[in-house]
Amino acid sequence: MDPQQIQDIPAFRQLANERTRFGAGMSIGMAAAYFSYILTIAFWPRLLGLPLWNGTVITWGFLIGVGLIALGFVLTAVYVRRANSRFDHLSQRLLEEVQ
Amino acid sequence: MISRQICGPLLATAFALLSDPARADALTSAVGTRQSLSVTAILMFLGFVAVSLGVTFWAARQGTSTAKDFYAAGGGLKGFQNGLAIAGDYTSAATFLGVTALVYTSGYDGMIYAIGFLVGFPMILFLIAEPLRNLGRYTFADVAAYRLSEVPVRAIAGANTLVIVVFYLIAQMVGAGKLIQLLFGLPYIYAVGIVGGLMMVYVTFGGMLATTWVQIIKAVLLMSGSALMSFLILWHFGFSLEALFREAVTLHPKAAAIMAPGGLVKDPISAMSLGLALIFGTAGLPHILMRFFTVRNARDARTSVLVATGFISVFYSLLFVLGFGAIALVSANPRFSDAAGGLTGGVNMVALHLADAVGGSLLLGFISAVAFATILAVVSGLTLAGASAASHDLYARVIRRGRASEHEEVLVSKAAVVAISLLSMGLGLVFENQNIAFMVGLVFAIAASANFPVILLSIVWPDLTTRGAVSGSLAGLLTSVGLVALSPGVWTATLKLGPAPFPYDNPALVSVPLAFAVSWAVSVLDRSTAAALVRASFGAQHVRAQTGMGIE
Repeated sequence: MDPQQIQDIPAFRQLANERTRFGAGMSIGMAAAYFSYILTIAFWPRLLGLPLWNGTVITWGFLIGVGLIALGFVLTAVYVRRANSRFDHLSQRLLEEVQ
Repeated sequence: MISRQICGPLLATAFALLSDPARADALTSAVGTRQSLSVTAILMFLGFVAVSLGVTFWAARQGTSTAKDFYAAGGGLKGFQNGLAIAGDYTSAATFLGVTALVYTSGYDGMIYAIGFLVGFPMILFLIAEPLRNLGRYTFADVAAYRLSEVPVRAIAGANTLVIVVFYLIAQMVGAGKLIQLLFGLPYIYAVGIVGGLMMVYVTFGGMLATTWVQIIKAVLLMSGSALMSFLILWHFGFSLEALFREAVTLHPKAAAIMAPGGLVKDPISAMSLGLALIFGTAGLPHILMRFFTVRNARDARTSVLVATGFISVFYSLLFVLGFGAIALVSANPRFSDAAGGLTGGVNMVALHLADAVGGSLLLGFISAVAFATILAVVSGLTLAGASAASHDLYARVIRRGRASEHEEVLVSKAAVVAISLLSMGLGLVFENQNIAFMVGLVFAIAASANFPVILLSIVWPDLTTRGAVSGSLAGLLTSVGLVALSPGVWTATLKLGPAPFPYDNPALVSVPLAFAVSWAVSVLDRSTAAALVRASFGAQHVRAQTGMGIE
């Protein structure tokens, strides 16, 4: 089938819209978390130097830093999971419809 | 450590394998003036070279004569393999030694860099990885050229790639030369020659397949090396992070200040600019993007990013343990300081002293060999990316307008590998004593400003036209290079011309939005017939980007 026609099929529109929206949402989430961290360092670095609890040398900055690294991985995993199930399923359905 | 009498001949043998045997004598005599050598380091180094040359030989027998074999390892790698290779391609010796050293000197500030280097990967997946795989064949320019006019788009993308590759290679070469000089006591010129020579052999004879396996082996070595060191450090402190950090705070001159952000981020503008370059720059690095064409489909491309992100996250978290471990175990040990009270060999050597401190000469040898493998894997990936831009984009499509045969294209590619290797060795020598601290930042800024906007817009924005893409990319390239030239890092520190006209070291906050704005404005104003055709063909591209219909 001609690609020009495929793009008008509702199943294709649904796939493209869902994936674009999901990808955009995830990247905005990741960028927002990262830039909040960068701005905290720029404007309120002391916040990150507060100890996690009384008497420890470990600071909030460590927890947040490691948390941000973990967030990057978790968001990646969430995207892959959704793409492998939902998007691949939609894509498969579309292919069957086209052929 | 053993005496130089034994090491001299060993090293001479190592070098004779790679270069003119008659030169080996000169090398033996030069070693005496340099650092003493560890026999384990040399054996492990030779072991790595032997294995990697074996891999290259095997890859060459698999065939590198078709474009798909040479650029994309046949296009049939598994997602997991490619993920490991991406991790191996991305984690350079500069980050391994540099971030550890940064944590060692300033504590928490090292984490800011580590996080910045990581956040780009999720962005690649969310925004471009799948369409990139579905639309491209060998280089990221394939994506922009899918519907835009091929010649101008490939010309600018090829030029950007070569600029990025050359700057990145200079940074790696100079770092590699100094590192090997220190590790193995080789004169700088030989160190640069060995690195350049080996990468030339891997890439010319083994293409993407050999490069991939060198990167996979390196990723595994680097991960296991840092995991082992972290384990030994934590074991020393009874597996209590609290005890480790407490010891570090007690010993470090800045005391508790190492547990919070310090002076690394000077002002909000610099902070945002660096952040922007790191988060979008990764998605514009040609050697990383090229790796996505080695897998079969979008699903494997996703797995690649997941595996790469996993490995890189763990690696950067471990660097943190290493840096603090070094404060706790190396800084107070007189064995590792020189006569002036500084660290022997400079602060970048701290990861190696740490290996010695926690695991003796055996671990020192292993980590030295790992650092060497790390350099080779990164420079090989860069060289291949540069060669693919020179042959696939510039030669085959721009100069020959698609009339070059595949055989001819691969030959040109191999010639380009040799040329890029020789050029980077030459520049490595020229820049030996220059202040090149700005180069890695510049590479990320160019990637974020000249490549990323065009890739993203060509995938998502139907109204992008050829003129828009080319002018946006050009604006990004010129602004980022120009502003870096006028920045304190180059104007004041490298060229010594006095106070810098542009006060910030990173241009991304200006150049990235400018590139997007120029692309948008020029596209909107473009009323040519070509522009109308390009806009009309977005639908077909969109279908293929989303579904992968029609990919080989």
